[in-house]
Amino acid sequence: MSFFALVARNRLALGGLIVMGIVVLLALLTPVLPLAEPNVTNTSNRFAPPFSEGALLGTDHLGRDLLSRLMWGTRLSLAVGFAAAIVAATLGAAIGIIAGYYGGRTDNVIMRGVDMLMAFPYILLALAIVAALGPGLVNALIAVAAVNIPFFARNIRGITVGIAHKEFVDAARLSGMSDARIILTEILPNVIPVIVIAMSTTVGWMILETAGLSFLGLGSQPPVADLGSMLGEARSALITNPHTSIVPGAMILIIVMAINLLGDGVRDALDPRLKSGALNRPLPATLVARTRTPAPPTQDGILELSELQTQFHVKDRVYRAVGGVSLAVKPGECLGIIGESGSGKSVTALSVMGLVASPPGLITGGSVRFEGEDLVGAPYRHLRSLRGRKVAYIFQDPQATLHPLYRVGDQLIEAISSHRSIGREEGRKKATELLEAVRIPNAAARVDDYPHEMSGGMRQRVGIAMALANDPEVIIADEPTTALDVTVQAQILSLLDDLRRERGLAIVFITHDFGVVGQLCDRVAVMYAGRIVEQGPTRAILDAPRHPYTARLMACVPELGGGRRRLHAIPGLPPAVDQLPEGCAFAPRCDRVQPECRRGEIAFDAGQALAVRCLYPVEQKEAAR
Amino acid sequence: MTRYILRRLISAIPVLLGISVIVFAIMALIPGDPATAILGSFATPENVAALNEDLGLDKPLVQQYFIWLGNMLQGDFGRSFALNRPVLDEVLERFNATLVLAGTSFVICSLLGIIAGVVSAANQYGFADKAVTFVVLLGISIPSFFLGMMMILTFAVNLRWFPASGMWPIYGTRDIWALLDHLAMPAFALSVVATGVIARLARSAMLEVLRQDFIRTARAKGVSEQGVIWRHALRAAMVSIIPVLGIQAGFVLSGAVYIEVVFQWPGIGRMLVDAILRRDLLLVQGGVVIVAACYVFFNIVVDVAQSLLDPRIKT
Repeated sequence: MSFFALVARNRLALGGLIVMGIVVLLALLTPVLPLAEPNVTNTSNRFAPPFSEGALLGTDHLGRDLLSRLMWGTRLSLAVGFAAAIVAATLGAAIGIIAGYYGGRTDNVIMRGVDMLMAFPYILLALAIVAALGPGLVNALIAVAAVNIPFFARNIRGITVGIAHKEFVDAARLSGMSDARIILTEILPNVIPVIVIAMSTTVGWMILETAGLSFLGLGSQPPVADLGSMLGEARSALITNPHTSIVPGAMILIIVMAINLLGDGVRDALDPRLKSGALNRPLPATLVARTRTPAPPTQDGILELSELQTQFHVKDRVYRAVGGVSLAVKPGECLGIIGESGSGKSVTALSVMGLVASPPGLITGGSVRFEGEDLVGAPYRHLRSLRGRKVAYIFQDPQATLHPLYRVGDQLIEAISSHRSIGREEGRKKATELLEAVRIPNAAARVDDYPHEMSGGMRQRVGIAMALANDPEVIIADEPTTALDVTVQAQILSLLDDLRRERGLAIVFITHDFGVVGQLCDRVAVMYAGRIVEQGPTRAILDAPRHPYTARLMACVPELGGGRRRLHAIPGLPPAVDQLPEGCAFAPRCDRVQPECRRGEIAFDAGQALAVRCLYPVEQKEAAR
Repeated sequence: MTRYILRRLISAIPVLLGISVIVFAIMALIPGDPATAILGSFATPENVAALNEDLGLDKPLVQQYFIWLGNMLQGDFGRSFALNRPVLDEVLERFNATLVLAGTSFVICSLLGIIAGVVSAANQYGFADKAVTFVVLLGISIPSFFLGMMMILTFAVNLRWFPASGMWPIYGTRDIWALLDHLAMPAFALSVVATGVIARLARSAMLEVLRQDFIRTARAKGVSEQGVIWRHALRAAMVSIIPVLGIQAGFVLSGAVYIEVVFQWPGIGRMLVDAILRRDLLLVQGGVVIVAACYVFFNIVVDVAQSLLDPRIKT
């Protein structure tokens, strides 16, 4: 979509554009409009109110027609503001390009100077310049342009540094072009859009600042008046005749507001994150739009998902990240969920406690039962009271999942204090115990560490300790060992295994690693394109996978001491979940595919101990081969 | 920490020298002869030459700069010819009044801006968000001097809630209540633009943080939504808000010029404008250097605050 279309789609920006267009047009037309002379005084008719005979907006303290003065003043203010913006942009860009292109000492000297200028409070520098040059509109223009040069120089330098080392610039240099030519033909065209954007965001300021200097009597000198000096002159009559102040003041407000609206629109149109909705704030709990009442549970367990569906609605696209998942886990049991990235395993896990980012996430069907009670659509307060207390999470990448600015001890205490009040001393003691429970050496000292002061393995242990803080019934671990090296991974797995045996925890363990599943999980569910394709006891599936996808996935795993077995990558890519094929989602990549595979719904009986979603499962003897 | 502060203070020295060079250079650019400006156009050439020698203006520029710098370091900023008193005395007296005004405004815009930004982000696309966005747009578009005039018209002339101008009552006691009474309108008018800028930034910083993984962790722990917003998200967003507070402090300090003129506040901004119109250049020079130096030190304070707030910054 073109840039202008994007701006036009933003209704406020369009409004700003229209208002600005009208103001500029009127300013351009001022000399030919049938207006009274702006500078002719008529003291017998001073301070005429608005809508009086012959003076639509009234007259000022010298009897001059306000409408005419307003139009001429607007013309002058716009001209000076834009001129200042152009001067500042040109000089600032020139300085920035030179600093960025030549780099090294040139860059150093120039940017130091720019930093010095930026060390001044803004208007103060403008005042100093006007003080030196003397009051006057041109001098005010110079002052306003000068104080804005550093802003442009900095921005443009940053962009130029990025461009100056690109291949096409090197190529131009090798072809013997002079520096001046390279700057004009290669660098400048790439920098101009940035200059224009920077101008669109600052021209409003510059109009405001020149108006300000004129208001102080340092800009345009009588009898010529821009909007600022009109306001300045009217100030002495503010109380007796406020309309002489309101007219120019309102005009400045209108102009600057229109420019700001337009500038915001331009900025938004250029920010790709706004279009994708990536800047949406996730709500406290995932939204629910469930049309049908969920079916009664088919399996039993402390946590039981049935036909769960979670989607992402982005613009008019619907991504079916979880397309009807049923699974259950009993106390003391560990269920593994395995699949490639993008198979929907994390979204399934996050849906349990309503933690899927929403918008754009949306739970559209099925149920999540904890101790028999459906949590989909449960009130937020209730959901919150269960989070961390009954069902706790361990996330991947503890670098990003722990708050970077709080001590780990405080974060542990907060996990507890969110559910029951706990004193300072007791909290600290409990936090130390938790760190000891996950075998962090020297726990008493470590509680005062910040996350960045710990190693990756230690942080992951903190994440586990946090999940254990309230003795939950269920722990959902979302790839907790993926970011860690193998020895640390083994330690963490055995730690989780011990905890499960000691405390009777139910664990849902999400991974893409069959080795991990084999070590820890009693049962395993294999996910593909948002659905479970195979489910059963870990041993049975590891020994004889029945779904072709499982079989291929396992063939991807190198086995230690497994001799010269070849690694088989699965050809093709998983389907995009916004356009799933009919029938089996794996059909396009399957080497056993039959025409029936591409038709209708493939049945899957989640209630069975060993279930597979395939019309032509791999036979036992085939797999043993 | 002490070492960090010391290092920052030392690094301020070249900046301060640079500021003095810039101010000196601007003043040296002045067309015409300062002595003529002081004595008036009817002065005899002998008188002008004598005054030039008196002021050291017959020496080379570089020498003049070092003399000026040396004098400043000894606290001698020269005399204001129009006021006939030492520049330093006048500047410090006026600067006090400006600090009261700008300091109050800075507190107002920091608090209001952050609260508005957080509320706006927490209710993204909701009524509160739209209302804040609109008010902010209005706030950053209205010239502060126009807003000040309209406030005088409304709250001083029509409603008679606050006095229209000045820092102290002309008659009566000079206590804190009298000051607050006079301070309320100018401080608010001065804070409006900065409030808007801070609110905008706080909103986008909050939206950025609210998508982070550690927010999801906080929710998974069962932290209440208020706790997620104010304890977890705002704390992390402050890291990017604080530097902007520093920049806005500069805007508030310099924007005080307009407000001081509108509300007849006896601050340094009004002093500078008067001095410029009277071409009292030593006063302008001294005033600008002192305010800029204070601003440099304030920025060091901001940096130190930043490092206290973010333990990841190596001090």
